[in-house]
Amino acid sequence: MAAERADHLEFVVPVVNIFETPDGYALEAEMPGVSKDGLEITLEGDEITIIGRRTASPVSGELLFRECPTADYRRVFELDPAIDTNKISAKMEQGMLTLNLPKPEQVKPRRITVSD
Amino acid sequence: MNLTRYQKPDLAWTDFARLSSLRAELDRLFESPWTELARTSQLFSGWTPALDVHEDKDNFVVRAELPGMKREDIEVSLHDGALSISGERRTEEKYEEAEVYRTERFFGKFQRTVTLPAPVAADQVKAQYKDGILTVTLPKTEEAKPKQIDVNVN
Repeated sequence: MAAERADHLEFVVPVVNIFETPDGYALEAEMPGVSKDGLEITLEGDEITIIGRRTASPVSGELLFRECPTADYRRVFELDPAIDTNKISAKMEQGMLTLNLPKPEQVKPRRITVSD
Repeated sequence: MNLTRYQKPDLAWTDFARLSSLRAELDRLFESPWTELARTSQLFSGWTPALDVHEDKDNFVVRAELPGMKREDIEVSLHDGALSISGERRTEEKYEEAEVYRTERFFGKFQRTVTLPAPVAADQVKAQYKDGILTVTLPKTEEAKPKQIDVNVN
């Protein structure tokens, strides 16, 4: 138990926004200090794990004031089973990860035209 | 007497963001108290980006976490020995119609001011925005740098 707790402390939980559109889901996660190369996104069943390792070089000198956490980022999400996992795409821009999780064609809302 | 029709109050995005972030704030409080404690105040004051201040022989280095911003929306200014970082993060229009599952991110205006402990050369200050982190390097003035003084023995 103690080991588990210590393990947990090595990460900070990135804040996220999640939206659903008719086409799929969009997830935005804030990971300042992480570049594209520091990202590690893994998919296991219906679970997606996002890990962001800080790539920014540390500042030399004496620390006068600290608010920014130094730990890496990690967060796990359970996905809607309807999501087409083969079509997930990710974009990293200024420390913000945007995941696009598209729904397959058959679950998208469709308008059915009524014939005469 | 004027009668106005009752209108449902407009609940702004940011209010929702603050409510849902209460949980995030509590989670963080228990997970890493020493680094996050200072940030809990943002619950009541909107967005307060976290910042670090470093000092070496020649410079002060201020770093602020500003993920997902546009460079032109960040303003850096120096006034009376105090560095101000301000700006505004706007909500993205493409999600306005979307159903919202989680809003933990902050939007809106922010401002942070750091009073520097020693005078800096205002014309040599440099700011860089990379991977969502703003780094401002402020060189100390010659007078503020530490100097070695030789002791003469007669």
